[in-house]
Amino acid sequence: MLKIQNLHVKLEDEDKPILKGVDLTVEPGRVHAIMGPNGSGKSTLSYVLSGRGGYEVTAGSATLDGADLLAMEPEDRAAAGLFLAFQYPVEIPGVGNMTFLRTALNAQRKARGEEEVSAGDFLKLVREKAKTLKIDAEMLKRPVNVGFSGGEKKRNEILQMAVLEPAMCILDETDSGLDVDAMRLVADGVNALRAPDRGFLVITHYQRLLDHIRPDVVHIMAQGRIVRTGGPELALEVEKNGYGDILAETA
Amino acid sequence: MAAPKPNAAAREAATAARLADLVLPRGGFTAAARAEAIARVRAMGLPGRRDEYWRWTDPAALNAAHPEGAAAFRVDRPIFEGRDKVRLVFVDGVFDAAASDDPALAGAEIALLSGAEGLDIHWAKALYGTLEAASHDPVPRPLAALNTAAAGEGVLISVSGRPARPLHISYRQSSEMSDVMLHHVIRLEPGAELTLLETGTPGARGNVVTEVDIGAGARFHHIRPQGRAFDRVLVTHLFARLAEGALMKSFTLTANGRLTRNEAVIRIAGDGAVAHVAGAALGDGKDAPFLHDDTVFVDHGAVGCESRQVFKKVLKNGAQGVFQGKILVRSGAQKTDGYQISQALLLDDDSQFLAKPELEIYADDVKCSHGSTTGAIDETALFYLRSRGVPRSEATALLVLSFLADAIAEIEDPELAEAVTGRLEDWLARRTG
Repeated sequence: MLKIQNLHVKLEDEDKPILKGVDLTVEPGRVHAIMGPNGSGKSTLSYVLSGRGGYEVTAGSATLDGADLLAMEPEDRAAAGLFLAFQYPVEIPGVGNMTFLRTALNAQRKARGEEEVSAGDFLKLVREKAKTLKIDAEMLKRPVNVGFSGGEKKRNEILQMAVLEPAMCILDETDSGLDVDAMRLVADGVNALRAPDRGFLVITHYQRLLDHIRPDVVHIMAQGRIVRTGGPELALEVEKNGYGDILAETA
Repeated sequence: MAAPKPNAAAREAATAARLADLVLPRGGFTAAARAEAIARVRAMGLPGRRDEYWRWTDPAALNAAHPEGAAAFRVDRPIFEGRDKVRLVFVDGVFDAAASDDPALAGAEIALLSGAEGLDIHWAKALYGTLEAASHDPVPRPLAALNTAAAGEGVLISVSGRPARPLHISYRQSSEMSDVMLHHVIRLEPGAELTLLETGTPGARGNVVTEVDIGAGARFHHIRPQGRAFDRVLVTHLFARLAEGALMKSFTLTANGRLTRNEAVIRIAGDGAVAHVAGAALGDGKDAPFLHDDTVFVDHGAVGCESRQVFKKVLKNGAQGVFQGKILVRSGAQKTDGYQISQALLLDDDSQFLAKPELEIYADDVKCSHGSTTGAIDETALFYLRSRGVPRSEATALLVLSFLADAIAEIEDPELAEAVTGRLEDWLARRTG
């Protein structure tokens, strides 16, 4: 599904490398987690995969089902099935949440040569998905993320994911700023989306999110590389001993 | 007496030439007001680039004896089509009875200026030219005085109740050389309410003055999508006076137009009155030059009043935006809440926005704020939308709508706000691709 090979990335404006040869493959139906200390390049990886400006790929490749992600515009990556749940979802005053979601869904469908969803069907679809995430109708009517609490913003990200039904979901520090209850809601939303044909890449600093979203594979990232890969027990090791031991081992 | 300075002499000559060329209506009940207005024009002279409030906008096309000409807009589709309203149509400034609804249906007393000159409509006589005449201190507005003197047509509206349907003044341009002056006089009696829709291009060149006297507790809603002929030039003045507890909300949408100068002079004379003036302007210099100028003066002379100015401009391909807005709080106008924001969204590096926000406050217990910003599309927001699959052009359009939302929010009626948004979306679909 998602295949990253020897990916090297630097900032456009600086020569300092951020990713220094990342190799990672996410298979359909699997949940991969990337953990690592601050500044290890986790968020950069998510931005480069989804096509945010400001980065330059100096070597390597990233493909989704064989298609070259790095050659595509962000909107085409989305239409191809990639989704990034933002660490800091953006507020867009004056644009209703529903308008935004419907525009996005229909743009993706159009790009794939599918029929647009009618207003009625769309309303039904969103209401059903929103219910499981405990997102009320009032929140759907409000402008995108404006006046939303931290938890509401993250739930809104998961709602978008549920409506857009991407093949490959990347969650960038979705647990940041969430209390325990909000985290459980978000995790339940993600778990409900787990499917044999869908892959997940969950980026997190702490182990606690992985109590709720059980990963199949855990990677530790440091200084722009994946330094260790293991099962869920690797996350527990980080929780217990911090990153120090692992980094010392691999240094 | 010393000889006038060369500049003053040139202005005097230009003013004399313009006045000599004007065909002045004979006037009936307005005769005295017109004579006084002519004297004001002579005394002030036509505007010039050296005047403080004309430094950024060249008035030459407005001053000239004749318009340079402008093709009518290809498809100025009706904007408030779905709404039941009473429509008065003016083609090149001439009333078109056949295309208009019966004014008697409006639920208000309505007369045409041209037809009323011989009558003694005492309320209109008391108002015609009065608010204009009171507006020249400290800033002269000679083009408005010129209008009072020379406008041959206009609508006189007196409202005592709350008509169910909006009144719609619809301008159409058919001649490429039409030079139109219209002068509307509106009176809202205490407790009355009127929604006035004003749409379309008055003429190749237009000079429109509206004087509105809003009685105690009365409410005046004004929604004005201006005509989209690319080469038209237009100057408008909205003069309003608000009595105790009165409310006005005026919103103007401008897309296209070689030159637009919209002036608003709002005199808040009664305690507890509320005045909102807002505008959204969209300019693309690709097909024709675009200069849009909002010049607003809000004069607080009473206690516990609120004023709000919200002006937004979206500019590309060398389009020019100008905002000159002033809040004056007179001594004694305590508890004034004055707000002013002017913002431009520049879609490229070629466009320009010039803003002059001013506050002048002589009371000590007031809350006044103003802000002005010029910026580009927010790249983070653009990426967010694109990451959800929205193509760049559509994402840009959404962010432009987002930018304009605060101005559109000044339209109280949701159905009318939606119609305005629809027009914006059409423009954006054509212009952000």
